[in-house]
Amino acid sequence: MVKLVINGEERRFDGDQDTPLLWVLRDEMGLTGTKYGCGIAACGACTVHIDGAPSFACVTPVGVLEGAEVTTIEGLSEKGDHPVQEAWRELNVAQCGYCQAGQIMQAAALVEQYDTVTDEDIDAVMSANLCRCGTYPRIRAAVKQASAAKSGSKAAEAQ
Amino acid sequence: MRNSSIINVSRRGILGGMGAGALILAVGLPRPGRAQEEPEFGRDAMPNGWRDDPKVFIAIAPDGIVTVTCHRQEMGQGVRTSIAMVVADELGAEWENVRVTQAPGDEEKYGNQDTDGSRSLRHHFMPLRRAGAAARTMLEQAAAEQWGVDVSEVKADGHKVRHAGSGRTLGYGELAAAAMDLDVPARDSLTLKDPSEFRYIGKNSIGLVDNMDITTGTTTYGIDVKREGMLYAVVARPPVYGGTVASLDDSAALAIDGVEKVVRIEPSEFPTEFAPLGGVAVIARNTYLAMKGRDALEIEWDNGPNADYDSETYRETLSQAANSEGGKVLRDEGDYDEAAAGAAQTVEAEYYIPHLAQAPMEPPAAVVEIKDGRAEAWACVQAPQVTKLRLAERLGLDESAVRVNVTLLGGGFGRKSKPDFVLEAGILSQAMDGAPVKLTWTREDDIHHSYYHTVSVEKMSAGLDEGGKTVAWRHRTAAPTIGSIFAPDPMQKLPFELGMGLLNMPLAIENVRAENPQAPAHVRIGWYRSVSNIPHAFAIQSFAAELAEAAGRDQKEYLLELIGPPREIDPTNQGDVWNYGENPDVYPIDTGRMAAVVEAAAEGIEWGRDMPEGQGLGIAGHYSFVSYVAVAAEVEVVDGEVRVPRVSIAIDCGAHVNPDRIRSQMEGAVIMGVGQALMTEVTFAEGRAVQDNFDTYLIPRMEEAPKRIDVHFVGNDAAYDRPLGGVGEPGLPPVVPAITNAVFAATKKRIRRLPIADQLRS
Repeated sequence: MVKLVINGEERRFDGDQDTPLLWVLRDEMGLTGTKYGCGIAACGACTVHIDGAPSFACVTPVGVLEGAEVTTIEGLSEKGDHPVQEAWRELNVAQCGYCQAGQIMQAAALVEQYDTVTDEDIDAVMSANLCRCGTYPRIRAAVKQASAAKSGSKAAEAQ
Repeated sequence: MRNSSIINVSRRGILGGMGAGALILAVGLPRPGRAQEEPEFGRDAMPNGWRDDPKVFIAIAPDGIVTVTCHRQEMGQGVRTSIAMVVADELGAEWENVRVTQAPGDEEKYGNQDTDGSRSLRHHFMPLRRAGAAARTMLEQAAAEQWGVDVSEVKADGHKVRHAGSGRTLGYGELAAAAMDLDVPARDSLTLKDPSEFRYIGKNSIGLVDNMDITTGTTTYGIDVKREGMLYAVVARPPVYGGTVASLDDSAALAIDGVEKVVRIEPSEFPTEFAPLGGVAVIARNTYLAMKGRDALEIEWDNGPNADYDSETYRETLSQAANSEGGKVLRDEGDYDEAAAGAAQTVEAEYYIPHLAQAPMEPPAAVVEIKDGRAEAWACVQAPQVTKLRLAERLGLDESAVRVNVTLLGGGFGRKSKPDFVLEAGILSQAMDGAPVKLTWTREDDIHHSYYHTVSVEKMSAGLDEGGKTVAWRHRTAAPTIGSIFAPDPMQKLPFELGMGLLNMPLAIENVRAENPQAPAHVRIGWYRSVSNIPHAFAIQSFAAELAEAAGRDQKEYLLELIGPPREIDPTNQGDVWNYGENPDVYPIDTGRMAAVVEAAAEGIEWGRDMPEGQGLGIAGHYSFVSYVAVAAEVEVVDGEVRVPRVSIAIDCGAHVNPDRIRSQMEGAVIMGVGQALMTEVTFAEGRAVQDNFDTYLIPRMEEAPKRIDVHFVGNDAAYDRPLGGVGEPGLPPVVPAITNAVFAATKKRIRRLPIADQLRS
């Protein structure tokens, strides 16, 4: 049995402890926002935050997560108003939308980590996440916009 | 000269003996009318045609909320937003009060629902405008009746009807019940809005209707459906097309806690059309346990007749066919042989385009539940009507006892036009006494058992005169046909495949021959975004660049010369009986529009500038899905590695409904094309797909995507009285040759085999 915190709520899972977090979230917890794309950490559709760090839920056995804090797309913000989510909507980034939860979680961690985000940062970090529709140009623009919004609000707070 | 008897004969010849497949293959072929009648085209020729009944597409609640029913499937092209925009604009609805609901598969009610061929708006823009206008008229009539005034004195707009004389208003919600009780006004009595009054159509004022759900993770794709008591399944399928289970030991699988049942799925009759491949299913309490159970199965396969399929060997087979005389001659103008023999210079080139898998990010997945003799499916399908028909047949139910609910599609690209995975889910639900079963394809399943894009060898030959002008052109295409999934392998391309850039090739050359030697299929061949335009455009546009080089001319100038003076071409005069299903009088090929997109793409990349060593520009243009697209690409080659930093793409698709989604489709097409040029392919050895997953089946990542993609709109984007062009597919075909032509400019190395992969590494 493993106890972990998912989107601020304590949850338990007493099934097969080798079960990847992805399938626990999707099939057992009803959190289907986190997507399956490859099962081998090659596409990033399953990206969630584990203790704040972007992680591939498809290759993370749930048994190793005792006490961990997991954030999924459903828990990224209360009202869907994280700067990354807002930038995504303003720029109409999505096409089919399937990979976008993973993209957004990856991007949220990226803008959290750096005050300013360069093209090189975006190449290095966002290349973990595949998009078959080809939304990369808008993802790039949205990450920059979210990063700017975030540092803007930080600057405002500092004043 | 076009007439229905020619089309009739061709249809019989091509479709005869195809049985059930004929229904599917007829899609988009002009439908001959009864004796002495004009043939039908476009939306009229599609199975079950179109509807424009406002009561089918529009519901208005007492609180004023307008719900638009979208009968076309959303897979990233933005159709749910675009259809709602069209209806809402004509209706005079305020966008914040508009919602969208998805229609189930029911073509009797909604008209054709096959979401493919880049035709959702091309075919349904006008019917949906009429639906909106009819509902607006009914609201006006209801208000006039309530006020006891003449209907000419009232006007509906901004979600309310206003009486000009008194200034009284009634909201749409207040009028809804009375309005929807009225008879639908006659089609010819409707007044459509003047385009100058559009608030949504053609504007960038509307964001995606699913934006909030997508960014907060609350959307439902096929893979996300959950039903009470649902079980989870995966299937082990024969690794070779046509294979069967020789022996099975399922004891280890059944010993796993949480594995409920192992079910044999009988192989379907070959060719399988949309039916399952057969195999062994594991049904379990969750997806992980089902996969674990599948890993524990011990299966010996009988690999069947395709066990030797090998991509290298098959490439030689195709090459031999393409280099031989005697292929079926499909287009023959002037005298190719004589012109080639008399030419000052001859040029030949052979191109190879590999199999591709659509690989939508959401793999095929579906839930089926059977209760009280009725089956209900929830699935990410492009074609819900055929899904319903085939599911009913396979389950032995009447069509009326089957409902197919369409979820969002996490990408489609043609893969989800084929509902084999829904039938698998249905078979498994039946095996579990009707319990809801979710069937998920793993990524490996998707790459191993796709309906692959065909594999082609295109052999091009040409003669140039002393001035370097192309005077003879011969195109031989050898590739297995999509027809091979419907009937004993026809070995030749079907009209819709030939009409994708081969027969309707619009270049101004006097002596032209097109030939199609035979090619057998060894895997399931299926539609993949833009279909046969991929190999045809690659060959034609690469070869045009090779001819420019042979003539010592600038590539773009030479391409424009080949396109020739502005003129309208009737493709049926060139042997293309298909013409994307459209009337050639309404949709001729306009070479002036073709030249204009080439100019725009060239201008966008600043064609003609000096490039540093190892960098180059290339260009290509292609007509497909009755739209015109040209692409100019900039590449740099460093240590044999190709980067594509900048692409300029120009499209003329007629009038614009949702310009932002046209833009996004062009951006996406460029990136998919970068993949096809650089890295994407499926190969076969011993009958099996060699690639397994995204670690070996390569598609572009952020770092490989062009940093700069400029989309240019060309032509009259407000000509709403003119027929619309397609958008979802036509962006793709010219991307690859633009890139490989740029590679030539950068390296003097001609890419004739896709993908480039490590061909430039020393």
